Amino acid sequence: MTKKTTGRLKESAIRAFFFACGVLAVIALLGIFATLISTSFPAFKDIKLSEFLLSKNWDPTSPEMEEYGILSMIMSSFIVTLGALLIAVPIGVGVAAYLSDVAHWRVREIVKPVVEILAGIPSVVVGFLGIVLFAPLISKIFNIGHGLTALNGSILLAIMSLPTIISISEDSLTAVPPAYGEASLALGASRWQTLFRVKLPAALSGIIAACMLGMGRAIGETMTVLMATGNARTFPQLPQALLRSVRTMTANIAIELGEVPYYTAHYYALFAIGLVLFVITFVVNLVADVVLHKYQEREL
Amino acid sequence: MSAEALKIRMETRDLDFYYGSKKALDKVNIACYENRVTAIIGPSGCGKSTFIRTLNRMNDVIAGARVEGTILLDGRDIRLPDVDVVDLRRRVGMVFQKPNPFPKSIFDNIAYGLRINGMRDKKRLEAVVEGSLRGAALWDEVKDRLDENAFSLSGGQQQRLCIARALAVEPEVILFDEPCSAIDPIATAKIEDLIETLKKRYTVVIVTHNMQQAARVSDFTAFMMLGELVEFGVTEKIFTNPVNKLTEDYITGRFG
Repeated sequence: MTKKTTGRLKESAIRAFFFACGVLAVIALLGIFATLISTSFPAFKDIKLSEFLLSKNWDPTSPEMEEYGILSMIMSSFIVTLGALLIAVPIGVGVAAYLSDVAHWRVREIVKPVVEILAGIPSVVVGFLGIVLFAPLISKIFNIGHGLTALNGSILLAIMSLPTIISISEDSLTAVPPAYGEASLALGASRWQTLFRVKLPAALSGIIAACMLGMGRAIGETMTVLMATGNARTFPQLPQALLRSVRTMTANIAIELGEVPYYTAHYYALFAIGLVLFVITFVVNLVADVVLHKYQEREL
Repeated sequence: MSAEALKIRMETRDLDFYYGSKKALDKVNIACYENRVTAIIGPSGCGKSTFIRTLNRMNDVIAGARVEGTILLDGRDIRLPDVDVVDLRRRVGMVFQKPNPFPKSIFDNIAYGLRINGMRDKKRLEAVVEGSLRGAALWDEVKDRLDENAFSLSGGQQQRLCIARALAVEPEVILFDEPCSAIDPIATAKIEDLIETLKKRYTVVIVTHNMQQAARVSDFTAFMMLGELVEFGVTEKIFTNPVNKLTEDYITGRFG
């Protein structure tokens, strides 16, 4: 074999390898989706879809009447995530604005990697933090029996989604052309006015995408909320819900899947919850992706 | 035209400028007269852009930059601690090398400078926007599309939009930092005509690397090299009968 043909063979082998890697990722996603659908589908032989999505009562092991309503869990996931965003978005965008606009470059060089390392803290450790630190604090401040509440979960999820929000928001603020800022300053705008009226609006789609990605992270988080939110199977009534124990969709799956008898309606129902969760995170990520894409296009 | 009868609007005395330890301007003395166009010319890297950006303190934002000497606006040093830089920049407007409209509508671009100063009255905003666009000779081209994004305009139109945006806050001095380097010859001619009109109401300072442009639009010319002012005087004299040999060599195209 000549040198030239071995070279060409090597070339196509490498190409095939990378193609296979790419295809594998797609297959994995489709596979997960297919498995979820096929394992959750049998649940709806016994459970009505409307009851599943709209009933507040989840009691699959009741001796009298088994109930399979996940609305309480959807609401719980929603409340914990919303609480996390209410805390994380202002802080995250604020930190991003500080890093991109105010901080000395040396400060930025240190703070940004540290923030990104924060994303690597295992969720068990964050949950632990919730049990020993925030829960007692919440019970003391609001004078309630225990602090394992939705609020506790929100605080922890906020901490966990901050790195994503800060990092991507900072990137999109830094990507705003310096000429915009100069033009604003030259017109007699203060640095604050320049930040709020020119830079933040120009970076808005990136910031929104950052928040959506942070939200995707928060809504799918399991271990932390399982440890920190008390896991009570009740329907969360606003506005007190933040100070009550709640059980999210993720926590419910994690709690019950270990003990459920296989191939029962209960077993399949847990997978159906997973499917609902998958659809929600998929939509959130898709929206984030579309928004981010639109923003990158405009920059070009 | 005698310089003595004119009023000096802005003036630098022994202006030094440093980027860190590197000296970018060395003892520059230039006067900018009211209702006249002062051009700053010189080869790349001679400090002409640095100079013009000291006049509205745009160099403040550069880390490690340092200014020494005096910069006077109406006889008052703009570097005194009690001078409000925000107010200074409103009085001394600037148009940049590359057109830099905001990613907003044409109307919002012009109204920006007024809104940050708290003007909310829609009627007055509309009046100022129209006046500024007329002042920048752009009104007829955009009057039916004020809500369109400024990026839909051509490069030359965008630059006139930036001029209109600067006019809206009613400055006294307008600084042009190579305003035509990124636009085509026809758009350039329009901007030069505009500068000719603007000097009736404002003091104009223009940095240009184009000597013909300086000869066409300016009344006074300063020739700079390596951070030093080589020669400053009436444009006609600089271009026909320069005192300094370096100026003559540059004007006649022997280097640069």
